[in-house]
Amino acid sequence: MKRSDDRSFRIGTGAFAALVLLIVAGIAFELTRQSTLSITKFGLKFWTTKVWDPVSGDFGALPFIWGTLYSAILALLIATPIALGIAIFISELSPRVLRQPLAYLTELLAAIPSIVYGLWGIFVLVPIVRKIEIAMGAKPALGVGMMAAALILAVMVIPFTSSVAREILKNVPATQREAAYALGATRWEAIKVAIGFGRTGIIGAVMLGFGRALGETMAVTMVIGNSPQISASLFKPQYTMAAVIANEFTEAADELYLHALIEIGLLLFIITVGVNLLSRLLIWSTKRRAITTVVMPMVSAEEVPA
Amino acid sequence: MASLRIYIPCIRTSDAVRTLRGMKLKSLLILVSIALAACQPSETKTSSSAPANNGPITINGAGATFPNPIYSKWFDEYQKSHPDIRINYQSIGSGGGIKQLSAQTVFFGASDGPMTDAQLQSAPGAILHFPTVLGGVVPVYNVTGVTQALRFNGAVLADIYLGKITKWNDAAIAALNPGVKLPADDIAVVHRSDGSGTTYIWCDFLSKVSQDYKQKIGVSTSVNWPAGVGAKGNEGVSGLVRQTPGAIGYVELIYALQNKMPYGSVQNKAGQFVTASLDSVTAAAAGAEMPDDFRVSITNADGANAYPIASFTWLLLYQHPKDVARGKAMVDFLKWALTDGQKFAPSLGYAPLPQPVIAKEMQALGKIQ
Amino acid sequence: MTANLRRRKVYSGLFEALCALAVIVALIPLAMILFYVVKEGFGALNVDFFTHMPKPVGESGGGMANAIAGTFILICIAAAFAVPVGCLCGIHLSEYPGTKFSSIVRFSADVLNGVPSIVVGIFAYGILVLPVKRFSAIAGGVALGLLMIPIVVRTTEELLRLVPGGLREGALALGATRGRAVFSVIVPAALPGILTGILVALARVAGETAPLLFTAFNNRFWSTSLTQPIASLTVQVFTYAISPYDDWHRQAWAGAFLLVMMILALSILARLAVRRLERMNRS
Repeated sequence: MKRSDDRSFRIGTGAFAALVLLIVAGIAFELTRQSTLSITKFGLKFWTTKVWDPVSGDFGALPFIWGTLYSAILALLIATPIALGIAIFISELSPRVLRQPLAYLTELLAAIPSIVYGLWGIFVLVPIVRKIEIAMGAKPALGVGMMAAALILAVMVIPFTSSVAREILKNVPATQREAAYALGATRWEAIKVAIGFGRTGIIGAVMLGFGRALGETMAVTMVIGNSPQISASLFKPQYTMAAVIANEFTEAADELYLHALIEIGLLLFIITVGVNLLSRLLIWSTKRRAITTVVMPMVSAEEVPA
Repeated sequence: MASLRIYIPCIRTSDAVRTLRGMKLKSLLILVSIALAACQPSETKTSSSAPANNGPITINGAGATFPNPIYSKWFDEYQKSHPDIRINYQSIGSGGGIKQLSAQTVFFGASDGPMTDAQLQSAPGAILHFPTVLGGVVPVYNVTGVTQALRFNGAVLADIYLGKITKWNDAAIAALNPGVKLPADDIAVVHRSDGSGTTYIWCDFLSKVSQDYKQKIGVSTSVNWPAGVGAKGNEGVSGLVRQTPGAIGYVELIYALQNKMPYGSVQNKAGQFVTASLDSVTAAAAGAEMPDDFRVSITNADGANAYPIASFTWLLLYQHPKDVARGKAMVDFLKWALTDGQKFAPSLGYAPLPQPVIAKEMQALGKIQ
Repeated sequence: MTANLRRRKVYSGLFEALCALAVIVALIPLAMILFYVVKEGFGALNVDFFTHMPKPVGESGGGMANAIAGTFILICIAAAFAVPVGCLCGIHLSEYPGTKFSSIVRFSADVLNGVPSIVVGIFAYGILVLPVKRFSAIAGGVALGLLMIPIVVRTTEELLRLVPGGLREGALALGATRGRAVFSVIVPAALPGILTGILVALARVAGETAPLLFTAFNNRFWSTSLTQPIASLTVQVFTYAISPYDDWHRQAWAGAFLLVMMILALSILARLAVRRLERMNRS
């Protein structure tokens, strides 16, 4: 009797676990199934064409890939030093009493919904960017465009990167820093040693931020200008994969148009999932290294792979 | 996702567990009961197959932003006199209206670009077009130092949107506006980012007057814009133009009026510079030959006072809807809209339909069953 | 020697200052956002906002009562879907951690975590809207629930793992079946943390807009029906924000204020649960 109770428990909970698996498989399957028209018609050319013309049925995803990658990379460039600075400050430099409040405030940045960022972006950030553009001589000074999008993304990404980086730094074994101090290092040099030890994890933290920036929809679509052009200029309006789906999905009247949009969704899915998994792998490998490098008195549940 | 730093220290099995169990189970129960209570579907309110006399029925529709001001007024007014009928209209753009109607996720659609033959063919049933009001698309702008109405013609507008004219003080614009001090600012072109009937009307007119425009951009609800910034809906375009110095955009007249934005007059086929108004839009419809399926274009119309960028806007309904109750409700609504509803049009900047068109539509409404 | 040390000390001080600067730089947008949300949003709140439906386009007044109710209903549906699925999945993963099946499921949960919310929206549209040919609150709620699942799974699993082995062994030694042991002893011990995880997931999902755009759609009227489109604070704020009407802008700020308050309340609740537990253990 006990054995069958155990078995039904295992199968019962297992069914729900399988459901999660099915959901993910289902997403991948649905995305592929609903983009077959576009895949068969355009093939690999889809990723290299820059024309997006619903009238003639000519679709190419290059402008969106460009916009997504460009905005995410710019956001990273701005956010990473700041996020790392915060992580270092909170975990190493700040007085103990400030630690919790500062950590809480940083996490607050992550809690603000994307639509509120977008709202603030339209009414506060864009006019400021417009003034900057006028000062820098951009014509026309729209305000909306790549610069505004990169700035907003950077602010949204900071809390993710910084909280993971903080975790990493916390997990660096004390002996590393102690050894550095014993050799006469200054505080910053000891911190550098800690960072060096956890560098894979920190790269993982940065990638986590990258993955977040790639998938962000609402805040970006409200400030980026929604124009499928490829341009290195920060002042020009551009378009990202998530934004074009949000704007054009409910109205893609013919099948090919819809399938083309879903194919973009498929690519977004693959890229973000890949980046996220890579980041988790990097973070896990650092934590593992921290645990196995030094004998720790209390080893709690080990972080599981991926 | 932010990593969660939850940490649970060792728990003593004794009272801690007991109290915790009690406390947390209680709060779980509270949460669940709140959830159940809130999610109680109010069966008396809305039910998809409830006949009209058994409680309110909700009819979902989607489509053009062009007529959204008057549609939302109509649905509100109609609900006051018919509290059982709630018509939930979402303005997601004409392209959206056509798509959702064809996918049958909404009961009716609305569009200012009539459905193409191809779109009608691929729909799961016959769809009828019913003109509801007349409106005009105006060029709105935000030019520093210019508060009066500028004059445009089709060629200039086409070149601006093709990206060929880039500055406000361009010779072509100056030629049409002698005596106006135009700054040397860059033109910030604003267009629609969503599938739009307003875009259709705009492109329809410009393609008629500019061969270049016709070739490079064409006529549709969603086109490949060579220049400019995209905004969502008539609302988005007017919002963006309002905030961006040097911007130009195209919106339905009421959006310019409600937001007190300056808009230009456009030269019509007869050579006159006409400002969009009730009279000029009505004049544009006067000469139109209304076909049986009501799909007609009245841009660039003949007539000395005709506004060149005018258009009908249509409500789209299936000829044989599966839901008979809703079908009847919509037919009744349309009959009201074509008679009593028309009086709301002028105050919102739309022109009421010409009588012969209304008569023809009343007849056509009989086809729906 | 001393010169070198002095130089290194200067560098050290410099970088430390830069780190402090980074904190300030990051807090500036936070302060600005909160400032504007409170200033514009709080001022725009009035009784009408909580009790009226939206007015026709261009008319001022009206409120977001239906959107507030809608958001609440949507997160309830999301929780009703995600909590059982996520918790039971987490329980399975913590009870049978080593199996191949568990590794694959864990991997899937991580994959799901990284999926952008708009892609989840596309999926929900494909399986919940198209087949029944209607937008509905259920479709929106399930889309949000899908986003919640990975968070709930991960928190449940980690917390259950942290429960000391002694508890489980004790229960099993007393003759309880696996299921009994888990549900009667281990889960209650970890319940505060699990609840926290659920609240955190709810906070995340209450602010989502993209997946609702093509599932719950929107609704101008008061509607609590699960099978009809439903308004939500996030979609309504979006619609108002991109419009040209000043009155709508003010209402958008008010809606944003409400959203932020709601999410703050959920996170504070979550933190209180952890603090309560810590205090309990200290006594």
